Amino acid sequence: MSAATTPRNTRHQLSPARRARNLVMGSLIVLATAIVVAPLILIFAYLIREGLGAMNLDFFTKVPAPEGETGGGLANAILGSIEMLAMASVLGVVVGVSGGIFLAEYPRHPLMPSIRMISDVLAGIPAIVMGLVAYGLIVLKFGFSGLAGAVALGFLMIPIVVRTTEEVLKLVPQTVREAGLALGLPKWLVTLRIVLPAAAGGIVTGVMLALARVAGEAAPLLFTAFGNSQINLDPTKPMSALPLEIYRGATSAYDENQRLAKAGALLLITLIFLTSLLARRASRRK
Amino acid sequence: MSKRTASPRQLSSGSDRVFEGLILALAAVIVLVFVLSVYQLGTESWPALQKFGLNFFTSRVWNPVTGEFGAAAMIAGTLVTSIAALAISVPLAIASALFVAEYAPKWLANPVGYLIELLAAVPSVVYGLWALFVIAPILGKWQTNYFTSPENLQTLTRCTELWNKNQTSLECFFVPSSAAGRGLALAVIILTVMILPYTASVARDVIRLVPQDQREAMYALGATKWEVISRAILPYARAGIMGGVILALGRALGETLAVAMVIGDSQDILKSIWGNASTMASVIANQFGDAQETLHRSSVVTLGLSLFFLSVVVNYVARLIIARLTPKGIQ
Repeated sequence: MSAATTPRNTRHQLSPARRARNLVMGSLIVLATAIVVAPLILIFAYLIREGLGAMNLDFFTKVPAPEGETGGGLANAILGSIEMLAMASVLGVVVGVSGGIFLAEYPRHPLMPSIRMISDVLAGIPAIVMGLVAYGLIVLKFGFSGLAGAVALGFLMIPIVVRTTEEVLKLVPQTVREAGLALGLPKWLVTLRIVLPAAAGGIVTGVMLALARVAGEAAPLLFTAFGNSQINLDPTKPMSALPLEIYRGATSAYDENQRLAKAGALLLITLIFLTSLLARRASRRK
Repeated sequence: MSKRTASPRQLSSGSDRVFEGLILALAAVIVLVFVLSVYQLGTESWPALQKFGLNFFTSRVWNPVTGEFGAAAMIAGTLVTSIAALAISVPLAIASALFVAEYAPKWLANPVGYLIELLAAVPSVVYGLWALFVIAPILGKWQTNYFTSPENLQTLTRCTELWNKNQTSLECFFVPSSAAGRGLALAVIILTVMILPYTASVARDVIRLVPQDQREAMYALGATKWEVISRAILPYARAGIMGGVILALGRALGETLAVAMVIGDSQDILKSIWGNASTMASVIANQFGDAQETLHRSSVVTLGLSLFFLSVVVNYVARLIIARLTPKGIQ
């Protein structure tokens, strides 16, 4: 596919116009690729330049200083993000993996096509709309809470986990299942003890990708977890999260809040990149 | 053990049925989430839909003070930003996919492909922050420069008169209305970057599925690399790329915070691409928290309901196109 596959002896017969067009389009493609990749590098460089200085011990251990004062950190947001993501994972993994098992292991079930379609459709629903749904389901009755935020994030994780689980389970050879069944194992034991362990690595990868995806979402948390300027571990009370603090800080008029937002963005983006890098490594090794 | 051998079929079918029921019940939660979403959004948007009916989607007035709500300005904002971002990003995305799949040597193709995928992993708020702190000042500087020329100032004066009458002309549509840097144009720029990876990764995958014979036959005819790409590869991968484009459109329609942070949150009708505007998603983010009255709140939820159905349709079409294409590619 490189230039080597072009028969060399025809080169001299090319008309100048064709050769020029080939060269121009090739250069444009290289240029366009540079334009596509540039923002990622520029964003990362900007965040390192502006945010790294603010990442000190206070950043990890203190809560934001009151508006107009200096100092403080994002401990409230870091802890809130960890707790909400953990709760969201429970929902996302239990429902998502079960959904994936259902789609992969019961392909002839009459409900299979509709569940697969609805799962695909859910994957495309904008995150902010899921925030509105969780608001109506939970916040209207119980008030803003970390749990409501976790439910919104969990809803967003489900379709991603369903899809990867289904794909990984289908990679497990049919003969493995047949071997289990031939030993007299019931189908559920084959699924739980043979097929799932064989696919465990891929499922973990899928869950990590789903986590990386929802960890950066602020939109569904705006009206659910709401945010909290203090450290709060009680899931029934408003809770902060890294993307929420980045949003508030970036749109704030105070330099100090903007500084924290940039450091928070650097932390968030680094964690997300590392997670997806790890997930990619793991899936390639398989 | 002896018990099990006594009646294996009965035993296993009994426990199998329990397991199947359990898995089905958990999988049914997916359906439940969907149904609950429709129900929740439906009941909450009912007051607005009942009051305004279909006028909600055609009226240009969005005024919380007088209690009049029409979504035409935001629907226009969503469509304009999404389609403009799509128009800029699709050629770039296809070019980068061609680079990764056709031009780059392997040692370069993998890292570049990975960098493009990472673009999709950058959170919306981080894009918003970058647009606000880095791109907006650059645009602002350009706008200030524009206003320093007396000739341009005359155009601006003329356009301001027109804008004050709630009108615009083709010329004025491209005249900057302020030097803030924020506005519709910035939203389009950041949306372009955000949706690039969706088209690019689907395009790369379908370009890789184009059979090698297709390329070799074209080279055998003496074609140049560009001719192979434009006449053998792109026509073959066209339908798949279209699926990726529609997937990116779905993303663009629902993209919220990055847009909400930079677009300026104005519900007036659009008079200049540099002016403040809003999209359906940005209005939800900017107004739902402050909306006190039932009608205002309900109108914002109606925007969410419309967005819900819009993305269902767009994603369904995208998956239909991709699914129809995949079996052919795998063969």
